[in-house]
Amino acid sequence: MSESTSFFEKAPRSAQVEACFPDLHPPFETTAAVTEAHRCLYCFDAPCMTACPTHIDVPKFIKKIASGNLEGSAKTILDANILGASCSRACPVDVLCEGACVMHRYNKQPIEIGRLQRFAMDALHASGAQLPFVPGNDTGKKVALIGGGPASLACAAELRRRGVDAEIFDARPLPGGLNTYGIAEYKLPLKESLREIDLLAQLGVKFHVNTMVDAKKLEEIDKKYDAVFLGIGLGAIHKLGIAGEELTGVTNALDFIAGYKSGAIQVAPPKVVVIGAGNTAIDAANAAVRLGASEVHMVYRRGPEQMSAFTFEYEHAKQEGVKFLWHMAPLGLAGKTKVHALELAKLEATEDGSLVPKQGENVTLAVDLIVLAIGQATHAGFLSGDKVKLERGRIVVDRATGQTSAAKYFAGGDCTNGGREVVDAVADGKRAGIGISAWLEGQNGDA
Amino acid sequence: MATLETTFAGIKCMNPFWLASAPPTNCGEQIMRAFDAGWGGAVWKTIGAPITNVSSRYSSIDWNGQKMMGFNNIELISDRPTEVNLQEIADVKRRYPKHVVIASLMVESKRETWHEMVQRAEDAGADGLELNFGCPHGMSERGMGSAVGQVPEYCEQITSWVKEKARTPVIVKLTPNISDIRLPARAAKRAGADALSAINTINSITGIDLDTLEPRPNVDGKSSHGGYCGPAVKPIALNMVQQVMSDPSAALPMSGIGGIGNWQDAAEFLLLGAGTVQVCTAAMHYGYRIVEDMGDGLLAWMRRKGYRTIDDFRGLSLPNVREWKNLNLNFRVVAEIHADKCIGCQLCYTACWDGAHQCIHLDRASGGMDAPVAGTDPRYAHGAPNPHSKPTPAMVMAESAKVISMTPIAKLDIDGIGSSSAVTPLERIPRVDEDECVGCNLCSLVCPVPECITMERRDTGLPPETWEQRVAKGAAAEAVAVTGNPNL
Repeated sequence: MSESTSFFEKAPRSAQVEACFPDLHPPFETTAAVTEAHRCLYCFDAPCMTACPTHIDVPKFIKKIASGNLEGSAKTILDANILGASCSRACPVDVLCEGACVMHRYNKQPIEIGRLQRFAMDALHASGAQLPFVPGNDTGKKVALIGGGPASLACAAELRRRGVDAEIFDARPLPGGLNTYGIAEYKLPLKESLREIDLLAQLGVKFHVNTMVDAKKLEEIDKKYDAVFLGIGLGAIHKLGIAGEELTGVTNALDFIAGYKSGAIQVAPPKVVVIGAGNTAIDAANAAVRLGASEVHMVYRRGPEQMSAFTFEYEHAKQEGVKFLWHMAPLGLAGKTKVHALELAKLEATEDGSLVPKQGENVTLAVDLIVLAIGQATHAGFLSGDKVKLERGRIVVDRATGQTSAAKYFAGGDCTNGGREVVDAVADGKRAGIGISAWLEGQNGDA
Repeated sequence: MATLETTFAGIKCMNPFWLASAPPTNCGEQIMRAFDAGWGGAVWKTIGAPITNVSSRYSSIDWNGQKMMGFNNIELISDRPTEVNLQEIADVKRRYPKHVVIASLMVESKRETWHEMVQRAEDAGADGLELNFGCPHGMSERGMGSAVGQVPEYCEQITSWVKEKARTPVIVKLTPNISDIRLPARAAKRAGADALSAINTINSITGIDLDTLEPRPNVDGKSSHGGYCGPAVKPIALNMVQQVMSDPSAALPMSGIGGIGNWQDAAEFLLLGAGTVQVCTAAMHYGYRIVEDMGDGLLAWMRRKGYRTIDDFRGLSLPNVREWKNLNLNFRVVAEIHADKCIGCQLCYTACWDGAHQCIHLDRASGGMDAPVAGTDPRYAHGAPNPHSKPTPAMVMAESAKVISMTPIAKLDIDGIGSSSAVTPLERIPRVDEDECVGCNLCSLVCPVPECITMERRDTGLPPETWEQRVAKGAAAEAVAVTGNPNL
């Protein structure tokens, strides 16, 4: 079952889809990168470094770009964040490193940290070099990592660097989780996620793909491994709970995004409605525009000031041509086998702040595709039986080590933080990798 | 009405901006274009028996993304026949009679040869002569250029030969490649020189190609030391100009040279006594057009300062340059960080800890501002290193590494890390421990924000006293006797 060949080479390719999703933030040309690198002030204990969940030493890697030490620059990034390439493209830098840049207070543009990071990582990949790390001396310990997303990948890398065997189990045909299947292609192409994972494989991380871990399988794993890392992410997207949801033409944002990224979806129909107003909803709406839809609406029951999407994502969606229907809620879907209309109720706020439909002000929209993006459920069911302590569906962990209420079980990523960014998952995984290794060492000492 | 018109060693100049003897003054066609652009004068590329140059000839060093901070050449004097250069001097003077044309000369060290060259240059119409005793490469190996300038006796001898013949002002161009530039300057003055120009280029190797291990500029895999110039050399040039101009037995009308690229640079040379300035590298970098701002900017500054002519301010800074022993030991400044301007880069903190006196701390948010100022002067009240046991830079970094950061989510994290970037968090604004601050300036030099760190005067309650005065009144001798420290 363990895969040794390149995932990158197995990446599905669709020229048509690729053409629709050119880089949102194009790579730096060398002179531009060096010029931008020189602009960095080289802050001490830099705010960008603290703002980064993985604490990349940003000024250090930037100054290495300026000095022409690209190898050292990439190593500086990877030392803190093994998925530095993905994060350089996928991170919402406006609210992280670049948002914290002191240049904001200097009446200047913040340093383009994300693009500089990508520049250093692209250079490493272009050189064909392996990761600048070697596996640690073999400890004889084995850890199973459930779910192949960024949390598990980062955890596995830390374990390998500490001489612990790391085996990742993932239900999908390709590893990487949402890093591979869930990020807008104009930010992080699917194949780029896989390129990065191939480097981890060289570090000795083993992958069991197409392997669904259910409660029974987990019991098997529990017996065979010295520790288990849960990087299982979140569950399915919530349903609306209204009639007609089973009709053809009703999908959810994660399936839609994974569908076009893997080439299964090549075009969107003319009229698309996305329900929800988070970052994933916006990714889906923008994708629909790029895949050829002529009219894309986003429907949200509150106003723009309450939407959970980042401001820059909202602005981007407007530029792409997405239209917004605020203060509206779906009432019903019409169609025989295939959905063709969506009925919406206009909402108004009552005195206590709750939203109620305005009587007689319903709107009907003609639709060819409805994409639901109203939040994800948790995997609580899979962990039933009090294996680990949960809170509101999230696995409770010690923040510094990722350890759960069950000593042998560690966790990180969306299943613990409720659904954040790739970089948060990487930071969780990294802390857990270090935590697991330290715990295993302690176990050894006790023995 | 302020004016840039000035007279230099008897030569009337419409402005003090001359092009130095170098590639920008290689031929008449160039010099006429330079005059059209606004240059008041030009020192012709050194005339002498034509030479053969190498290829390539120039190299430079860039700094932090800026090109040509320092520039280097291994080019020799003019490679054109003397009669062509002289004919073109005549043409230029005919068409631009009010502009200054100086003939730079370098010939073998024979009296008759110099006499002949001086005669020919003056017959061509040159307004003055500059004797190139400074070229540090190639020509010096043939007994000319800096080989003359480095030996005061040679300098004096040749200058006197020239003065025997010359009817126009004679300017001696000095080399900086000597331990005391005043010696050749005095020699030139003894021989009757009318003026000096300084500095010529500095011996240099600008760099090595790390792929081929060959130095630059590359001539068939090899190189030779060249002459260094450009912005990097200005401080060296200013010091040498000051040394000469403060020495009564050396001082003459001075044409200042070395890293001048704008009106501010020019003003500094004039304040140290130069009467004109010569420019080369900046014109090679950006073209003759740079002179427009030099004139415009200098005039605007003169109007602001109330100076009508160059002579109104020429040399005014000379008295302010003293020997160290004449500086006031009882003057004290301390750094003050203005929190309202601080952007939180903490470059002052790391600079003070690693490069100065460990007196800047990151404790504003933890009571640091409440610490009383004792008013002690760390120059006399020597304490143990880090007397208040403040965190070292490594300890600060270790604390930061422990912080668990998360991407802020609009609705969940009101105080996300990236959300308050308009205001500097108090804990990122450093504080100066005045009682430990020696007033070295370093923090204010590294701070990227204008006026954010200022050096504030503190009254020591003592009258001004220099080291020389201390010695004179015997106080130093007593201290030496008590402590055994000969430097007190």
